[in-house]
Parts: sequence; C-alpha cells; structure tokens
Amino acid sequence: MTDDIFKVGTYEFKSRLIVGSGKYKSFQATKDATEASEAEMITVAVRRVNITDMGKESLLDYIDPKQYTILPNTAGCFNAEDAVRTLRLAREAGGWDLVKLEVLGDTETLYPNVVETIKAAEILVKEGFQIMVYTNDDPIVARRLEEIGCVAVMPLGNPIGSGRGLANPFNIRVIKQRANVPIVVDAGIGTASDAAKSMELGADAALINTAIAEAKNECLMAKAMRDAIRAGRQAYLAGRMPKRAFASASSPTEGYIWD
Amino acid sequence: MHILLNGETTITTAETLSQLVIELSLEKRMIAIERNLEVVPKSQYDNTRLCENDRIELVHMIGGG
Repeated sequence: MTDDIFKVGTYEFKSRLIVGSGKYKSFQATKDATEASEAEMITVAVRRVNITDMGKESLLDYIDPKQYTILPNTAGCFNAEDAVRTLRLAREAGGWDLVKLEVLGDTETLYPNVVETIKAAEILVKEGFQIMVYTNDDPIVARRLEEIGCVAVMPLGNPIGSGRGLANPFNIRVIKQRANVPIVVDAGIGTASDAAKSMELGADAALINTAIAEAKNECLMAKAMRDAIRAGRQAYLAGRMPKRAFASASSPTEGYIWD
Repeated sequence: MHILLNGETTITTAETLSQLVIELSLEKRMIAIERNLEVVPKSQYDNTRLCENDRIELVHMIGGG
C-alpha cells in the first residue's frame, strides 16, 4: 500500500483522508485531532478579520501551512461572484492554488447550487486554480464539472453536518466509474463505517469534518476515520467477493466421516 | 479619512494599505486585502493609496469544513 498515492491536480498525498477545521472547541483540539487523523490536507474558511477583537492567536498558528496542504473553501457563498472573490483572496493570502469550491443553494439544506457552482468553476479554471468542487451526487453534473477542468469532483454523501452517511451509494459508484478525475465523498459521513463504505465504493478520498469535530473524543474518532479510510481503500483494491442469494459452504463438501 | 472597512465605516489616518495593515497590527498575520472588489497583491501595499470611501475587505483563514 506504500505506493498507493492519492493524486489530485499537481499534488500527491499518502493519506486519502481530508479533514476540515470547523466546529472544534479550540485551536488546540483542531491541532490534536488533525494530527491524530494523519491527514495531509485540511480545509479552512475565508472570513473578514474582526477588527475590533483580533484575538491573540489564529488557526494557522496551530495548523502549520508548511506541514499541511491548506485547502481554502468558499463555504457560505451562495453565488458564483462571491465564491470567485473568496478564492482570489485566499490565493493572495497564502499562495494556495488548490481550492475547494462550494456554492450553496439555501441555508436549511446547504445543498449545492449547481448552476452557480458551474459558473464559478468556469471562471476559476481560466484563472489557473486547481478546483476540488463540492456538488450533489449527480453523475451528469459530475461529468460536466470534470469537463470544465476541475481537478477533483466531490459529491455529497448527505447534507453537510448531517452525519447520515451515504444517501445514494449507487450514484457514488456510478460517478466514480465514469470519472477521469479523483472522486472525493464530501459531507454526510457520520462515523467510521460511512468512511469505509465510501472508499469501498471506489471513492479516491473522503472529506470529513463534523463527524470528527463533534465526536465526544475527537482524537479517537480521527484515528477511527484514518483506519476506516485505509480499510475501505484496501478492500476496494483487493476486490470484494460476489454477493450470493444462497449459502456457499466455507469447508470442503467432500470427505465427510459418514460418507 | 473615512473608509468602509469590512462593511463598517471606519476613520483611519493611514494613507496606504501598508500603513493600514500596521495601524491594525496585522503585519504578522496571513491576510489578504480586496480594495473596491479588486484583490491587491502584498507587493502593492506600499504604493496603494487609500481614497475617501474606499471599500476595503480584509480577510484571514479560520476553521471551516
């Protein structure tokens, strides 16, 4: 498994777990869980600096951009224009060109607004960004985003932060079978089995935030996710046995003592 | 002069973006600045002069998924 490299755009990773940095109780908790996950890529959000209350520390004092690949996102953007502005600012802030594009449809479902996502992707690809794009589990849209030039397509398993697992595993498989770019399950993973299942279906990686950050023991869940991603990946590469309608004896059916 | 800084009308004595960054004690932070909807590269902070009613967005990275 040592040479099973996750390639996305011009980047290469040993870990197929991408983590988020939202919802943690503290920067220290973010750092500890991220280290425990052994992830190499971590998402961050871009927000206005609070001028009146700066705080002494910032996330990047704990998550070292030299150690991790920082993946700025456009969380909270509801149209293409805001998403494009956000990522231009992120690239200026840290020089990052690998980015997570997400344009949301409404605040209740946080479902992707596919029309605005496509609009933003078309602009950002021309500007040289390497886009990992959050979208719904629609194989047609996934292919369109690949054609535009996104370096990874990230279908949701279920709504962001819902922890409900994979709503439509068949679509994840179909999207993967038809794709020439990495497919990353993003959103919906609630526990380790969801992560393993995503990888068994053929996903190239999974992006997990709330399931780790909201676990009672974040570090232990981070390790569980690390192991689940590895186990699921290995099972996918190993090639699972077929499912049968009836039993198939595991012990030889000849040489019985009563024959 | 008055500028619109992160959506708030703000009075500043800074004449350039560099001076504004120093005034806000942000020199050591990983930030990015947008002036009137255009991102300003760090190399241009010194010679980007602030004008009355400039719309400045000043952002940084926070936790997110």
